[in-house]
Amino acid sequence: MSNTPNTLFDKVWDSHVVRKIEDGPDVFFIDRHFIHEVTSPVAFLGLETRGIGVLFPEKTFATADHNTPTINQHLPVEDPLSANQLLQLEKNTAKYGISHWGLGNPKNGIVHVVGPENGITLPGMTIVCGDSHTSTHGAFGAIAFGIGTSEVEMVLSSQCIMQPKPKKMIINVNGTLGKGVTPKDVALYIISKLSTSGATGYFVEYAGDVFRNMSMEGRMTVCNLSIEMGARGGMIAPDQTTFDYIEGRELAPKGADWDKQLAYWKTLKTDEGAVFDQVINFNAADIEPMITYGTNPGMGMGISKHIPKATDVEGGVATYEKSLDYMGFAEDDAMIGKKVDYVFIGSCTNGRIEDFRAFASIVKGRKKADHVTAWVVPGSHIVEKQIKDEGIFDILTEAGFELRQPGCSACLAMNDDKIPAGKYAVSTSNRNFEGRQGPGSRTLLASPLVAAAAAVTGVVTDPREFL
Amino acid sequence: MAYDSFSVLRSSAVPLPIENVDTDQIIPARFLKATERKGFGDNLFRDWRYDKNDQPKADFVLNNPTYQGKILVGGKNFGSGSSREHAAWAIYDYGFRCVVSSFFADIFRGNAINVGILPVQVSPEFLHQIFEAIEKDPKAELEVNLQEQRISIVSTGASESFDINGYKKHNLLNGFDDIDYLQAMKDEIVSFASNR
Repeated sequence: MSNTPNTLFDKVWDSHVVRKIEDGPDVFFIDRHFIHEVTSPVAFLGLETRGIGVLFPEKTFATADHNTPTINQHLPVEDPLSANQLLQLEKNTAKYGISHWGLGNPKNGIVHVVGPENGITLPGMTIVCGDSHTSTHGAFGAIAFGIGTSEVEMVLSSQCIMQPKPKKMIINVNGTLGKGVTPKDVALYIISKLSTSGATGYFVEYAGDVFRNMSMEGRMTVCNLSIEMGARGGMIAPDQTTFDYIEGRELAPKGADWDKQLAYWKTLKTDEGAVFDQVINFNAADIEPMITYGTNPGMGMGISKHIPKATDVEGGVATYEKSLDYMGFAEDDAMIGKKVDYVFIGSCTNGRIEDFRAFASIVKGRKKADHVTAWVVPGSHIVEKQIKDEGIFDILTEAGFELRQPGCSACLAMNDDKIPAGKYAVSTSNRNFEGRQGPGSRTLLASPLVAAAAAVTGVVTDPREFL
Repeated sequence: MAYDSFSVLRSSAVPLPIENVDTDQIIPARFLKATERKGFGDNLFRDWRYDKNDQPKADFVLNNPTYQGKILVGGKNFGSGSSREHAAWAIYDYGFRCVVSSFFADIFRGNAINVGILPVQVSPEFLHQIFEAIEKDPKAELEVNLQEQRISIVSTGASESFDINGYKKHNLLNGFDDIDYLQAMKDEIVSFASNR
C-alpha cells in the first residue's frame, strides 16, 4: 500500500481494474451483477448469436420487478408481452444456472431492495445492473452503477465492463436535519442545487454528520438518487450502522469469513488529505421537506416556497416554460394547496420498511381523502412481511389504504399501475419526467411524509403540520 | 461486428433544441416489453411524436418532412435518466448514426457508442451555430469526420473538434465492439478473479 492518501472511491475502483487500456477505458471487474426481465433478454440473445456462455453464473442474481403486476401475482400475467419477458428471464437463468427470484418467490422484489436485504450487497464490491438506480447499493460503500444491455452481455460473458474512471466529487452535509426532513428531502435538495447534470462525469461520496447519523434505508434512498444529478453513482463509507445491517442476513458472510471481511471493510474510508475533483458543502439546517414542480428531478424546492420564475433558473427559458406548461403550473405558484389525485408510495427509492413506518406515522388515526387513489407498494416480500408484522398493515387498512404486492409499479408504469393523463400524483419515486408514470401523467416527487400528508388531505400539505 | 463501421458522415440534420431530453422521452417504458432488438425506431419519441389516438403531431420535428437526415441535434444534457439501451436502439433503428449536443448524460453516451451511434459533444456556441444554420436552411449539411475528430457546418465552413478516446474511436472506425475485446482476454480475467 502506498502512503498517498486515497479516497474510498479510488480504493474500491483501483482494486477492480483488470487491465488499463492506454487512451481508453479500464477493464473493470464486477463482483455482483443483478439482472431483471426488461434489460436482460437482448443480452442473452447476444450470447446465443455469438455462441458464448456465462463466465461466472454464481455472480449474477435475477429478480422480476419492472414489468410485474402488483395485484393477483398468483395468477398468470395477462399482458402477453410482459408474460413473455418473465418467461424469457426464467428460461435464460435456468439455462445458465443463475439464481432467479421470480414472481411468487419469497425473495422476489425490486432488485435494489432485495440485493441489500438478502446480504448480497457488501462493502467494497463493484455492483452493476441494467438499471440506473443501481447507485442505491453505494450506501454500503460499494461502487454501484447502472449499465446498458450491451454491458449486461459483457458482464455475463466476461464478468467485466469497459469503463473510463469517473472524476471524484464529495458532497458534505453537516449539522442537524429539521423536523419532517427525511433522506429523500436531503437528496432532492442536493439535486435542486446541482441540477440534473451537475454531477455528470463524477462519482460522488456523501460525507458529514447527516449521512453518518442516517440509517441504511436512508443512505440507500440518498445513493439511489445520485443518478438524478447526473452522477454515475454515489457511495457512503461503511461504518457500524452498515455492519449491523448486514450481519446475519441470509447470504452475508458468516463465521471466520465474516471476521476476515469485516477487517477489510473497516479500511474502506477516505483517508485524511485525499483529493477530490470537486468539493460541495451544504448545511442541514437549510433543508426543508421538498417537492418537485416540474419535469425533471432538479426542479424541486422547499414545500413552503413558490415556483421560481424562468428568468431565475439556470438553463433555457423555452425548456422551462414547456415543463411548467406540461405540469399545468405557473411561475410563482405556491405548491401547498394544489389538488392531488394520486399518491404512490414505493419504488427502489422509498419502498423499504422505514418509508412505510414514516408514511404510517402520519396516516395513523386519519382517513385517506376520498378523491385520492393511493397505491401502497412494498419493495419486496420481505418488506411486505415487515409491514404486516409491525402492525403498519392494520394502520393502513383502518385509514382506508390497500397494500399491493411488490414491484416497481407506478414508478415507471410498465405494468397497469399508470397515472391517467392530466392527473397529479405525489410520488415517492425518483423521476417526474413527462409521461413517466403513464402518458400525460403529472408527477410531484416527495418523501413518504409528504406523500402521507397529501393522501389524507387530498392537497399538497406540509407534513410538519402533522408531526 | 455488431454495427456498421463509422468514418465520415455528411448529412442534413434534425434539430431538437430542447434541454434535458431524457430517455423516457426517447422511448417510453411501455415500449420496453420486447425481448428482441427490433422495431424500436417506430416508437422513438413516441409521446412527442403521436397524440393519444396515435395520430402524428404536426408540430413535432420528426413529423415535419422538411427536416431529414442521419444526424440528430439535441439541447444540453441529452439522454439523461434511465439506463435503457432501448433509447440508443430506437435512435439507431430510426436511422440516425450521430447525435450532437453540448452535453451528454454518461450512461446514454456509453450506450450510444456501444450500439454504433457517435455522440459528438460540441461547445454551447457551436451548438447554437448549428441550430441557426438549420433554421436558415433545413437542408444545411453537417460533416462529421471521426478520423479527424472534427464536425463542420458545410455551408459556413465553421468547424470544431470533438473528443473521443482512442480505443472507442478505433472500435467505431472498424465496427468492433467491447465484447470482442473482452472475449480475447478471458484467461487474464479468470486469473484476476481467482486471485481476489
